[in-house]
Amino acid sequence: MNLLNKNIAEIHESLVNGDITAEQLTTEVIKNAKNNEDKIGAFITINEEQAIAEAKKVDEKGIDPDNLLSGIPVALKDNLLTKDILTTAGSKMLYNFKPIIDATVVKKLSDLGTISIGKTNMDEFAMGGSTETSAMKITKNPWNLTKVPGGSSGGSAAAVAAGDVLAALGSDTGGSIRQPASFNGIVGMKPTYGRVSRWGLIAFASSFDQVGPLTKNVYDNALLLNAISGHDEHDMTSSDQKVPDFTKNIKSGVKGMKIGLPKEYLGEGIDEDVKQAILKAADVYRELGAEVEEVSLPHNKYGVAAYYIIAPSEASSNLQRFDGIRYGYRAKDAKNLEELYVKSRSEGFGDEVKRRIMLGTYSLSAGSYDAYFKKAAEIRTLIINDFKKVFNDYDLIMTPTTPTPAFGIGEENDDPLTMYMNDALTIPANMAGIPGMSVPAGFSKDGMPIGMQLLARHFDEESIYKAGYAFEQNTDFHTKTPKMMGGEK
Amino acid sequence: MSNRITKEQVEHVASLAKLELSEKQLPYFTDQLSNIMGLFESFEEVDTSDIEPTFNVTDQINTMREDVADNWNEKESLLQNAPDVADDLIRTPTIIDESED
Repeated sequence: MNLLNKNIAEIHESLVNGDITAEQLTTEVIKNAKNNEDKIGAFITINEEQAIAEAKKVDEKGIDPDNLLSGIPVALKDNLLTKDILTTAGSKMLYNFKPIIDATVVKKLSDLGTISIGKTNMDEFAMGGSTETSAMKITKNPWNLTKVPGGSSGGSAAAVAAGDVLAALGSDTGGSIRQPASFNGIVGMKPTYGRVSRWGLIAFASSFDQVGPLTKNVYDNALLLNAISGHDEHDMTSSDQKVPDFTKNIKSGVKGMKIGLPKEYLGEGIDEDVKQAILKAADVYRELGAEVEEVSLPHNKYGVAAYYIIAPSEASSNLQRFDGIRYGYRAKDAKNLEELYVKSRSEGFGDEVKRRIMLGTYSLSAGSYDAYFKKAAEIRTLIINDFKKVFNDYDLIMTPTTPTPAFGIGEENDDPLTMYMNDALTIPANMAGIPGMSVPAGFSKDGMPIGMQLLARHFDEESIYKAGYAFEQNTDFHTKTPKMMGGEK
Repeated sequence: MSNRITKEQVEHVASLAKLELSEKQLPYFTDQLSNIMGLFESFEEVDTSDIEPTFNVTDQINTMREDVADNWNEKESLLQNAPDVADDLIRTPTIIDESED
């Protein structure tokens, strides 16, 4: 069964009415996903056996008419720990790793009766913006198989766009949910830092990482965020703030809302099609009764530079644990312990991971700490202050999600710096820890999806969902589906 | 391209991070890192003299918990993940290279 143009409520209704059982649904969904695999390559692992066993359990218990997620198939990014199911983070370093626990978000979803059909491809340890740094496979963009799906949650985004599943989880450190959502014409939310537990998410940069949902539409996204949010005693940074029902006020519209449009996000380096799509989106909001005005975030332009010091620094520390001793890849024929560490790490990590570990190690080293790490952390404060100032007067900020639509596979591989600039518009939200979501906002002349990013104050995902929903109801971009997956554009 | 980082520095940083680079990789990574570090030159434009650094953005400060040990009884699954096991223990090579004795 292909899930293009379906939503969670519709599938839920079929399950409640008994038109289809969870087991039949899971079987059909996996069959379709497997067919799509040859073209797209969204999955590292498809857990057919476990998924069908889980679905049978849901059927035995009976579909809960009050729980929209019961029996709904989902996909999980491969950096989320899944008990007894291969979890590689896209790295040779973890080519055989089977966790002994489920991540908190994985457990929360399975407690609600969702069925995880597989683990999705990603850039190695979530470091990349095209899913090409994966040691496992290349994932293609369902809208054009010669283009990247974005990254690092490229497999999750492609799986949703191709109609494999209605929802997938990803993780976002500098844009890794929002950028692939934008490239694939779907909805992707990076929640407020602390909204969702990071326990069982393989750590990349701990002061930025957040787990969030990728879905076909805004309402389904809010449903998923409801399911995974909340304080977790295993994650000391997860917030004890009350979690609202994100679907409750989602239909209340944007009348009277004040939306800022930062001039720095529509200037140099922004593709003309992207710019036009966002200006049109601003008009849609004006017609719906919101006030949209130009604002300024003057320090955002230093975001990429500061990010590529702080994130690699945190990564260089987090990735020290991969030493070839307790689990994962171990080099053969090491003569002593030191050689075992060095050879296992040198053979187990790919180039992008090595670049970032070295960059981080350098930034933290004695002679560079003040000029690099501390300076970047001070710039982080300036970026936060810019946001605070705008949010004193505005409820939301709207921007393009990415400077350009999806680029070609192999196009930016040899040039890390160009690849890094793709994150320029998404990184600031991670710097400040504020929530951000990408929603479909148009198409380029060559038919590739364009995303709009909505940003809000800490813990105000509700405003983002409200505005995202209103936009979706008044545009038809989200109803388009990739022709090559059997949809109609 | 200006040399913002030298081959020697890259070699040193790699060794700190327990990575080794081949003869071919060293100039490749040196060029790329040097190129990336060009980004950081923009920092000179920004005056941060009165600005406090931000190291985290959590709203949770000093979360405490009881310090109690917890046995998850997962020894077997943990050992199944280990590359080399003997007598229920993880085996590693010796710290000192025995072949050079």
